[in-house]
Amino acid sequence: MKLRDLSDLAFRNLREAVLRNSLTTLGVAVGVASLVAMLSLGVGLQQLATSRLAKSGLFDSIFVTPKTNLRGPGGGPPATRAPASKARPLDADARVEISRMPNVIEVYPQIRFFTEVRYDSKPFATMVAGMPESSKASGAFDGMQGSFFSSPNADEAILQAEFAKELNPQTASLIGKDLILRYAERQALPSQAQAGDPAEYPGGFSVVPKEKHLRIIGVVETEPASGFGGFGSGRLLIPLPLAETLRAAQVNDLRDILRDTSSDKPTYSSLTVRVKSPSLVEATEAKLKDLGFSAFSLLDASKSLRIFFLVFDLLLTIFSSLALAVATLGIINTLVMAVLERRREIGVLKALGAADSDVKQLFFVEAGVIGLFGGILGVFLGWLIGRTLNFGTVLYLHRQNLPGVDITSVPLWLVAFGILFAVLVSLAAGLYPASRAARLDPVQALRYE
Amino acid sequence: MTELPPAIHLESVSRHYLMGESVIRAVNDVSLTVPSGGFLALLGSSGSGKSTLLNLIAGLDRPSSGSVVAHGQDLSKMSSLELARYRRQTVGMVFQSFNLLPRMTLEENVELPLRLAEVDRSERATRVREALSRVGLEKRIGHRPSELSGGEQQRTAIARALVNRPKILLADEPTGNLDSATGESILTLLREIQKNPGMTIVMVTHERALAERFADRLAVMGDGKLLSNGAAR
Ligand SMILES: Nc1ncnc2c1ncn2[C@@H]1O[C@H](COP(=O)(O)OP(=O)(O)O)[C@@H](O)[C@H]1O
Ligand SMILES: [Mg+2]
Repeated sequence: MKLRDLSDLAFRNLREAVLRNSLTTLGVAVGVASLVAMLSLGVGLQQLATSRLAKSGLFDSIFVTPKTNLRGPGGGPPATRAPASKARPLDADARVEISRMPNVIEVYPQIRFFTEVRYDSKPFATMVAGMPESSKASGAFDGMQGSFFSSPNADEAILQAEFAKELNPQTASLIGKDLILRYAERQALPSQAQAGDPAEYPGGFSVVPKEKHLRIIGVVETEPASGFGGFGSGRLLIPLPLAETLRAAQVNDLRDILRDTSSDKPTYSSLTVRVKSPSLVEATEAKLKDLGFSAFSLLDASKSLRIFFLVFDLLLTIFSSLALAVATLGIINTLVMAVLERRREIGVLKALGAADSDVKQLFFVEAGVIGLFGGILGVFLGWLIGRTLNFGTVLYLHRQNLPGVDITSVPLWLVAFGILFAVLVSLAAGLYPASRAARLDPVQALRYE
Repeated sequence: MTELPPAIHLESVSRHYLMGESVIRAVNDVSLTVPSGGFLALLGSSGSGKSTLLNLIAGLDRPSSGSVVAHGQDLSKMSSLELARYRRQTVGMVFQSFNLLPRMTLEENVELPLRLAEVDRSERATRVREALSRVGLEKRIGHRPSELSGGEQQRTAIARALVNRPKILLADEPTGNLDSATGESILTLLREIQKNPGMTIVMVTHERALAERFADRLAVMGDGKLLSNGAAR
């Protein structure tokens, strides 16, 4: 029989037992729906994680430190140190050189210091962290109150919500207000020490208290300054270039004091290097090591993350395969019942000249049609489940005052995969009933009235 | 009349069924020839093996031994695919219980053999119309079998058997479910078809009187064996 006639007959037969066939189709649809919903959750979470993590800078950052002797700063006999040609200071020159390397988009130091803040003439102690321009895109500031720094040098501050609450429980009212940052500036000592200086160090500089007026422009719920590539738990966030000018003067690191302080060039205990994409991390990391620095990245962590999602998807697939297995049994049952019920019809078809293969193909096409409709319906249902999950998540996140995210995603390949899978499974389920129908003895089928 | 090659030739045909230890000889060593264009009535009591013999001629069943030759083709040498083609092209079948597909209209029922034979769609409609008008049902073309009387249903089944223009028409008690008047009209129709378009007919029946009136030859079976075979009158 020609395919068109086969499918004509198949559709007609399916329509004749509408209830049973739609129940079977629904069974397939539920199986496919659970498969699609679970995979869409896997895909969505993976997309969410990778985009978040990519934005967070976790996987496109390299952490650079100078190659120092393990025995401590300045210590140890020269023989135990790294070769002089290799070990080099992480100073401003090095920073410029690194930032000129191919594929490097940003190089910045981690600046974080503990200091006193005055607000409403009351003192508060807190940790100040400098935020690079790129942190705006990291997603950490999504959903913040107020806005991000107007320029990289603006005298502006963003408060971490916990800290903001200490200043004023009504955090929104803080925006636009001023606060005073008090810090100690290190000044090189003139030829002789001046009397009455607040502090005096043998290294030849003095520390002078200073104040900086900052305007509060935002309050952020998350902790943008924490984590790898971040800066620990900074609670008062200021633009990084601004922080650098303050930090240059700040006595923060014991090593600074022990180092050759006569040099005007600032040295960094570490720099964060961001490259264009995570795939460039490994090569850049190697180059940095060649330059004579220590370099470290979380690339390995990203690999294990990928493995995690692979396993996650696998588990989801296994669970939804169970649903599909039930659907498969449903198809087999329906078609076997149809073979039993349509014994006479099969007998008539054979008496009229249908070959075994015609009968087999007829049942096969019927199974395929059930699979096709079940697949289409199932993909739609799965998408609907995904939307519902998204909706629930967004609702929940909004209640927690967090921005909504899509945790499920149904890409086109998943649509195609779902339908194809349903058809293939249905055809496989149709194998047994179809061959049973084909083998049916027409004499027996036509024998009893 | 010149001697035509036989339409059907059975040579020592047997069909045995194994029921546990015992062997049921449904058809037991039957040799029979039906001339081309002949009308043979197969008589015999219930269970005498008439249907089994008819199914062997139809190529729906294979003999345990012996040979069935139809228009020079030896059915026992055919593959099941070739047998299917033989059923499609060479034979048409009519049953006691009509065996129309209930959800299909008369047109679709009659079209089925054309679909199986992969006849062009454009040609099918005319062939279906032709066959239905041959049995006088062209006006009921869009009806379903359940909307028809028994006689009309059997006419539809005959149209379905004719639509592929077979050489042999096999009918298993075509009047068994019909009252005698309707049965007579069906037999009249079969005889007309025998003459025009002209075909060989083998009809199973247990009504001897009707068989004698309409058939050319009578064959009587008993217990799987052919008891007699001769001219009707
Ligand atoms: N599949 C079968 N298995 C066992 N016996 C069968 C089978 N088919 C037919 N028979 C037996 O063969 C004999 C002939 O049957 P059948 O040809 O249908 O008789 P008729 O059509 O003359 O009434 C009967 O005794 C019947 O019981
Ligand atoms: Mg019978």
